[in-house]
Amino acid sequence: MSMDRRQFLKIAGISSILGFGASVASATHTIWEPGLKPPQVEPNPDGLIAKRWAMVVDMSKFKTDEDIKKVTTACHQTHNVPDFRNPDGTVDKKFEIKWIWEEPYERTFPGSENKFMSEHIKDMPFIVLCNHCDNPPCVRVCPTQATFKLPNGITMQDMHRCIGCRFCMAACPYGSRSFNWTDPRKAINPATENKAYPTRTKGVVEKCTFCTERLQVGKLPACVEAAPKGAMFFGDIEDPNSEVRKIVTSQLTIRRKPELGTGPAVYYVIGGSDHA
Amino acid sequence: MLEKAFEGGKKYWAWLFFLGALSAVGVYYYIQQFQFGLGLTGMHRDVSWGLYIGQFTFLVGVAASAVMLVIPYYLHDFKKFGKIVILGEFLAISAVTMCILFIFVDMGQPMRIMNVILHPTPNSVMFWDSVVLSGYLAINALVGWVTLSADRKGVPPPKWIKFFIYLSIPWAVSIHTVTAFLYSGLPARHFWLSAVMAARFLASAFAAGPALLIILALIVRKISKFDPGKEAIQAIGKIVAYAMFANVFLLGLEFFTAFYSGIPGHAASFLYLYVGLEGHSELVPMMWTSTVLAIISLFLLVFPAARKKEGLLAFACLSLFISLWIDKGFGLIIGGFVPNPFEEVHPYWPTMPEALITLGVWAIGFLILSMLYKIAISVRERTAGIEIEH
Repeated sequence: MSMDRRQFLKIAGISSILGFGASVASATHTIWEPGLKPPQVEPNPDGLIAKRWAMVVDMSKFKTDEDIKKVTTACHQTHNVPDFRNPDGTVDKKFEIKWIWEEPYERTFPGSENKFMSEHIKDMPFIVLCNHCDNPPCVRVCPTQATFKLPNGITMQDMHRCIGCRFCMAACPYGSRSFNWTDPRKAINPATENKAYPTRTKGVVEKCTFCTERLQVGKLPACVEAAPKGAMFFGDIEDPNSEVRKIVTSQLTIRRKPELGTGPAVYYVIGGSDHA
Repeated sequence: MLEKAFEGGKKYWAWLFFLGALSAVGVYYYIQQFQFGLGLTGMHRDVSWGLYIGQFTFLVGVAASAVMLVIPYYLHDFKKFGKIVILGEFLAISAVTMCILFIFVDMGQPMRIMNVILHPTPNSVMFWDSVVLSGYLAINALVGWVTLSADRKGVPPPKWIKFFIYLSIPWAVSIHTVTAFLYSGLPARHFWLSAVMAARFLASAFAAGPALLIILALIVRKISKFDPGKEAIQAIGKIVAYAMFANVFLLGLEFFTAFYSGIPGHAASFLYLYVGLEGHSELVPMMWTSTVLAIISLFLLVFPAARKKEGLLAFACLSLFISLWIDKGFGLIIGGFVPNPFEEVHPYWPTMPEALITLGVWAIGFLILSMLYKIAISVRERTAGIEIEH
């Protein structure tokens, strides 16, 4: 289509009035700040992509407390999760922030225990984290869209937009969300701080992000990487050939509180045979 | 008209100074909280809302209760409420202001409050709550001011104000319904997941709000020459009695469903509040105090002989107000969080700074209320004996 000078000016004028001018300008890269390089604004070619990320956890593969601790520590150190302690060295429950942690069976799946169940099963440790629900109540209630769904199924948290109303914490049926009751930087060990990941400010809610920042550069979530062989799987559940899909299709798996309709994306294997 | 708020005797100024001092204490502790974070309160990971949100919820009810005067007066032409309706409207203004302040002091990042407007989110009930509350504040300020100005000049208020008066009726219902929806739509909390929540909120609001109004009207009559009217006060007494019965009935429905169904999750919070759970019974004395006060107030309100004695009526209203304050301003919120999603009991109790910030917000609310009532009293004292026609 050819365009004379008059037509061009007309369209350019109207589009800048309507605010399209900015998008035209961005297409020519002129509004980029001089310091920004293409990898910071374009997807990394190594990044992992999925239609729907999901996780499978097989607790029978965790043989010792040490195995579990490795997983939680890997996550909390990667994401600069503060570690508030009482003077006697125990965890300070008042300020505690958790992204991934351990709960006994009867707490993880309340209501499914029975009188005759062995103490061993009741107390059996389970790893819990954000379930990245299909239909997350936290996203539904957030008044600022500070927590939102990514197209790949991850429930994200924007700590810069969060106003700290904690409605999401009241809404989450899994207790997966933590609030910064005071400055978290006080409780981050400078020696182990991960300079590549931001620390948070007081007054905002945070939680597991399925390691979105690692997926973007082609790495699996930190917990999966630190877990014993065959204990944690992460992949695209919409892909029939993925490990997570094969396990969920072929074995009995359970999810936390499925009756609430939230559609959790973290599956727990019951049985403990070898997988794919 | 505003100048009337600054014309008063020594006692008036001493009262304002007292409230001002309490507010200042609240502001001082709020600055501490602002610097340290909400960790200054007793809240934690498992009970992430506490006294502040409880007060907010309770006061939305007090604000909504103005409609209990507006309906009889404007829809049923109940003339006796002509002089008192302004007290209801001004109470609504101060109550909504307190609600907004309680939300503000509860925010982790108060400087980002405009994000609610910058990123409007229609699927969030909190977004709608902020819309209806600010609207209700505006409507009551407008209606109160316009009708009182007209009274002062001895002329009927302009016709267009009727639209806003009628609008205030469904709007009052909406503020408390939407506030109930904050809770009753959460799959995570058995205690709140109840269809009668909004109805219960309205019933308790229409009991607690008018009860406070009776106490205020009696005080106004004692300290000024403005008499809101004996019959008007008695009529409100009946409204309080009906609403309180409805409230207790609805609470009874909750108990029935929780315990007859036998579903453990539904009963757990009730057990925690009224008998204790897993060795924790921190709130049991408070909840029974609330129960006993509710019974006393109902007993006094239901018998006309008792209700007609203003001293007993005032006592009944005070008992009822405290009872519902405990039930809704404290037990309802904490009960929703205990037990937590892992069915563990982690108790909560407010800290001293948290209590003083709460007291400070109440003081600011009563400061506004006192000044507004001073204006209303001044106008009414001047126009004493003149029939008001709205």
